[in-house]
Amino acid sequence: MWAIDLWMSTDGGALLAAAVLLPFVGMLLGLLLGGRWLQRVAFVLMPLGLALALAITAAWANTEGPLVYLLGGWSPPLGIALRADGAAVAMLLAVAGVVCGIGLFARADFGLGPDAPESRGAFAYWLLLLAVWGALNLVFVSGDLFTLYVALELLTFAGVPLVCLAGSGETLRAALRYMLFALCGSVLYLLGAVLLYGGYGTLDMPLLAGVVQPEPIAFAALALMTAGLLAKTALFPLHIWLPPAHGGAPAAASAVLSALVIKGSWFLVLRLWLDVMPGVASAQAAQLLAGLGAAAIVVGSVVALRQQRLKLLVAYSTVAQIGYLFLLFPMAFDAAGDMVLRDLAASAGVLQAIAHATAKAGMFMAAGLVYAALGHDRIDDLAGAARALPVAVAAFLVGGLALMGVVPSGAYLAKKLLLASADASGQWWWTWVLQGGAAFTAGYVVLVALRVFARPATPLTELRPVSRLSQWAALGLAVASLLLSLAAVVGPLPAELLAKAFSLEELGTMLVLFGAGALLAAALARRPLLGKPSSAVRPGLGGLGTAFEAGDRLVRQWPSAMLALLLVAGTCGWLLARA
Amino acid sequence: MSVETLFALTACALVGIGLYGLIAQPHPLRKLVAFNIMGSGVFVLFGALAKRGAAAGLAADPVPQALLITAIVVAFAATAVTVALLLRLIESTDSASLAEPPAKD
Repeated sequence: MWAIDLWMSTDGGALLAAAVLLPFVGMLLGLLLGGRWLQRVAFVLMPLGLALALAITAAWANTEGPLVYLLGGWSPPLGIALRADGAAVAMLLAVAGVVCGIGLFARADFGLGPDAPESRGAFAYWLLLLAVWGALNLVFVSGDLFTLYVALELLTFAGVPLVCLAGSGETLRAALRYMLFALCGSVLYLLGAVLLYGGYGTLDMPLLAGVVQPEPIAFAALALMTAGLLAKTALFPLHIWLPPAHGGAPAAASAVLSALVIKGSWFLVLRLWLDVMPGVASAQAAQLLAGLGAAAIVVGSVVALRQQRLKLLVAYSTVAQIGYLFLLFPMAFDAAGDMVLRDLAASAGVLQAIAHATAKAGMFMAAGLVYAALGHDRIDDLAGAARALPVAVAAFLVGGLALMGVVPSGAYLAKKLLLASADASGQWWWTWVLQGGAAFTAGYVVLVALRVFARPATPLTELRPVSRLSQWAALGLAVASLLLSLAAVVGPLPAELLAKAFSLEELGTMLVLFGAGALLAAALARRPLLGKPSSAVRPGLGGLGTAFEAGDRLVRQWPSAMLALLLVAGTCGWLLARA
Repeated sequence: MSVETLFALTACALVGIGLYGLIAQPHPLRKLVAFNIMGSGVFVLFGALAKRGAAAGLAADPVPQALLITAIVVAFAATAVTVALLLRLIESTDSASLAEPPAKD
């Protein structure tokens, strides 16, 4: 991918610098003007940023190879380059779209009317939203592993305060856990980067890709950096901080954290494995990443089905979906262990990440709206919510269906690409994981659907009004995820991929997945799926669910999570060295 | 033993002490100190690599100095944010425990 001349800025390269600068300029301007001006600045910047992302997409489409911008005209290794290939451009565009959607949603919660008093929470929210945006743009376009370290730290510093906007003790504790664990991850990443510099004398990604050899220092560096990034992405069993942080933050902040912040470190794992060190990465170590992903899907989904609160269900669904994002790594290798299916795997991964970003933002917003309207989000007491809040409930269910991979969602196409790749490389076992993950997702969609469509014992009264703009913003993001594969085939992917999307065979698969999901939900949910809620203890798989919950609590203890972090780094390095 | 080897071994020891502290010390402030010790180990290692002049074949490589300064500033900012969070936590719960309250059933 880096065969073209990399040591000159391309046309439109300066747009990359603008995309990074714009949110930060907005932050400074907002700080300078103060008070309610900040949100005005944010609302001006959102369409501007989206237009800039579209301009970058157009410039990328007109250029052969990646967009490049050399800061100050200095070329690497001394200078620092910003680069954007197809994956980076797609992520830039998706993040701009999701930020706009979240901004519209957050107007009701954090927007200040002309008479409302200024509040610190609102001020912090808009500041942090812009900071997350700028840091993510830097992650996507920076071409140098040290700049990426700084970008990741910026992302963490912006993400952590979002967790504790409400300021209660519980959210402060969640934020502190997040911060400390993320710091462990970043110091491991920095150690890996230092080792790479020591071994090869450069941190520029294409230069490094040219000189890195499969030898001990590269194995150690890749293993340390990967483990550090997994801690920041919260891949099972390193998800110590995610459920309380994502479940406790205000909905507008949870959407940012779950849809966007974790994608930054995930994207960097993708970069390292597929672009910077493809010769060092091995099929066996990739099996480890995907194996952890499979474990995340099972544990995250089972615990999600056991949750009593809607927001925590969505948070655990994120744990499971993060696992899904790591299934692509073994798919890049063929049966002989050579990385020949790189492009297929990378496309599927980016598509899945964007599908998750849009759908999960919509689902968190919908959960927040339900909470705001009903005053609670206990799943067992949601009867009648579908009638009371049709748009918000639709957003939740459409988001769930999109994640599950209903035609024509982005997740459907991503799954199809990965299935094709698993087929081509003879890795049949991942076919089961891919379909099983979809069935689990179907499970919690069915569970929530049955609860919200149930007839309430007493008609719902005393609903608090919620903003219509917020409801439609949530639905808009969920629908975007549902239609994503159409956008993908209009864009870079071949249209034949959707040729058989509406065939009977696909319909049959969907029905089987729904059936399996309903069975899983019936077996694992705390209360019987149909009929009146009763407190009777149910025989069967309920005990298994309790065991999963206990296991989840155990691995989310601090010492076990830290030991797991070291174990992941060690195992990854051992597997890399063995190949 | 050359000076670089001595520095590299010191770095290993610092990283090890820091890791132990991060795993074993329950108090968040001690974890933060452990993070800083581990970070210092990484910085010392980077300094030793600079002396080796890996990149340019010079007597000493100047690039790591520039990166180190940035990394130190980042670690300082991280420490400040964490201490601020910890102070707020103690203010609002009268305890610095990171343990989650037991799940309610």
